Amino acid sequence: MRLEPKPAQSLAATLLYPVGAIVVTLGFAALLVLAAGADPLSVFTLVARGAAGSQFALLETLTRATPLIFTGLAVAVAFRAKLWNIGAEAQLYIGGVATVVLGTGLLPWPSWLLLPIIAVAAMLAGALLLLGPALLKTRLGVDEVVTTLLLNFIVLLFVSMLLEGVLKDPTGLGWPQSRKVIEAAQLPRIIQGKRLHYGFVLAIVSAVAVWIIMKKTALGYEMRAVGHNPEAARFAGIPVNRVLMKTALLSGGLAALAGFSEVAGLKGNLTLDLSPGYGYSGIVVAMLAMLNPLGVVAAAIFVAGIFVGADAMSRSAGVPSYIADVMVATALLTMVVAILLSRFRVRWR
Amino acid sequence: MNILFGHYVADEGTVEAFGKRLPPGDPGAALKAGIGMVHQHFTLADNMTVLENIALGTQSLWRPRLDRAEARERLVRLADDFGLTIQPDAFVSALTVGERQRVEILKALYRQARVLILDEPTAVLTPAEAEALFRTLKLLVGQGLSIIFISHKLNEVMAVSDRVIVLRGGKIAGERRTAETTRADLAALMVGQEPTLPPIVEVPFGGRVLVLEEVSTGGKSSGAPLDRASLTLKDGEILGLAGVSGNGQAALAALLSGSEPATAGAITLAGEQRAPWSTLEALDLGIGRIPEDRHAVGTIGDMTVAENLILESYRSARFCSRGFLDWDAARKFAEEIIAEYDVKCPSPDARIRLLSGGNMQKLILGRALDPEPRIIVANQPTRGLDVGAVAYVHGRLIEARDRGAAVLLISEDLEEIMALSDRIAVISKGRISSVTKRGQRSMQQLGELMAGHGLEAAA
Repeated sequence: MRLEPKPAQSLAATLLYPVGAIVVTLGFAALLVLAAGADPLSVFTLVARGAAGSQFALLETLTRATPLIFTGLAVAVAFRAKLWNIGAEAQLYIGGVATVVLGTGLLPWPSWLLLPIIAVAAMLAGALLLLGPALLKTRLGVDEVVTTLLLNFIVLLFVSMLLEGVLKDPTGLGWPQSRKVIEAAQLPRIIQGKRLHYGFVLAIVSAVAVWIIMKKTALGYEMRAVGHNPEAARFAGIPVNRVLMKTALLSGGLAALAGFSEVAGLKGNLTLDLSPGYGYSGIVVAMLAMLNPLGVVAAAIFVAGIFVGADAMSRSAGVPSYIADVMVATALLTMVVAILLSRFRVRWR
Repeated sequence: MNILFGHYVADEGTVEAFGKRLPPGDPGAALKAGIGMVHQHFTLADNMTVLENIALGTQSLWRPRLDRAEARERLVRLADDFGLTIQPDAFVSALTVGERQRVEILKALYRQARVLILDEPTAVLTPAEAEALFRTLKLLVGQGLSIIFISHKLNEVMAVSDRVIVLRGGKIAGERRTAETTRADLAALMVGQEPTLPPIVEVPFGGRVLVLEEVSTGGKSSGAPLDRASLTLKDGEILGLAGVSGNGQAALAALLSGSEPATAGAITLAGEQRAPWSTLEALDLGIGRIPEDRHAVGTIGDMTVAENLILESYRSARFCSRGFLDWDAARKFAEEIIAEYDVKCPSPDARIRLLSGGNMQKLILGRALDPEPRIIVANQPTRGLDVGAVAYVHGRLIEARDRGAAVLLISEDLEEIMALSDRIAVISKGRISSVTKRGQRSMQQLGELMAGHGLEAAA
């Protein structure tokens, strides 16, 4: 078996690959459902219904997709410049920290002023967090996969320390959680009485903004050039290291917005279970979207749908909701293969 | 040749070696059948030593470690037998292009190749080294090896071969016995018609646009650093800089391109003494650059033709306002270059990776020459191109000179230097010889300078 480069393809053919990856994922999940002693078709129907079968289900899926859009964008931006940011999880938590530090009464300002300031502060915190690994990469050649990945654990322990210490809610009955953000620091709900909040709108706006940056601006062009061939970019006069820094700032900032939106829009306070691995799922989302910022929105909703749908399904069908984790992981693997196949033709001898 | 060696699979037909059919697409089987291959673009691991590169793949992966002693002994014996001097423990990354090729040949010999395929083997050698290579090849043939010598240089083919096959457009255009043919005959087969060398028009030189005095560099680039090199470049001339690759050409090109600082010496540009410039300054100063490696440095394979063409100019007001790029303008520019430089490509949106080397080089030429630079640094601009593309590149460089640009042509191909240059200098071990008018030094004298003989005296 060998691989040969393939000429460019039409948009329709390109879209076929993620679809194929999803089909393979469903096939694999069906086998697991069979092994769990249930009927795959009815389980998938339950998952689909649980994800999009009612207004409640749909809103829940969109709510869950919101942080995934942010982390997916963060990963897509970084990977485009071949800056391997595996640390979206840490940047998300730092965004959450910035939100509760500023949002729990420190700044007694009205909402229209306070929310943008907190959002920008959260972005700055996440951006600075990724700046360290980026500097180590450009100055000393330290592998950013290692540094960003390990920072996830460091930051989580750091947040744990804060929640047991200075940020601890005195009325929290001893739980490691922060105080609730004040009302002015809450993102309003889109529909009164439902959980979907304006963080989702912010996520969509961010996706469009990132798309414009990547497609239309000199910075996006520089990022792609650096990602595809840093040596040629340097020869042409593109300041490769500076572009990598800007990429790191943008990526870290986007991931931190996920933390801001979760705290200010949904949870209200910071806890250690703010993110069930949104930073890592963001990698799956970005890969499924083939690093396209608008594709990230669709991929995030799809992945969120699997999680939400699987929860609902497991309540009625008795198949563990871990099936969702398996499906998302399988989707990542099949997508990586699909991307390979989109660029190379396999020859069997 | 990739089909022969099993890199690619033939759509039709079969390959037979020593009476046995080779399974298609299996380099391992090709190696085992005794087919050795020396690629034009080398296939060596930079971060390993010569010995490790050569032994790679010849010993079982299950063995706990390389048997270095045995491998070294065989390698040294081989190297001695064929007069290919090499240091077994040097890292490949530290070797010059010429030395790397020697490693490639030894690698094939080490695997007891009985058929040796050489793809443009002399592209990187001095005349003296090429002579040595030819002697080595004769020696190998005498020992019963068969050699396929792929080259576009006719005099080499005439010098080294017994039988010649001319390929044109994927078909065999003709087959001749070397003794019964002539260069002109082969050239006609290659191009389908008699090739015409670009005519040389004598134009008076202008003023000195660039003067290097005793300039040294720190060795950031590959190959030798510049060592107190002096050079004067004038408006309206092509200055040919001959030399074997790895002797400071990379450092000189990088210095002029703005990617390598000078550690000593004085640089005068347009009558003004100044410090070395950055890449962006180089572009602003009107220095057009044609890089040595068009795949790794000159282009970004996965980006489109238009995106590649604006790499050096995307900041200009023509393509960029307030950080936003004007893709319509970029595409229009690309269409202009494609038409003007006779590039065969489907559209400005095609990925540049899919283009042939000649078309890629035309695009690089277009990118570098379109702003009408005052100085053009062309580093090996025709390496690996076919006859037609070479003539095209030469024509464009002459055109640029005729409009008054100063062209520094860095090349390992002496014939190219002799055909194109108004004045000629030689670079060796980071030193640059005195500059003479074309014809003042014979090919042999230049060759001796390239090998480093008498450069101190000349300089």
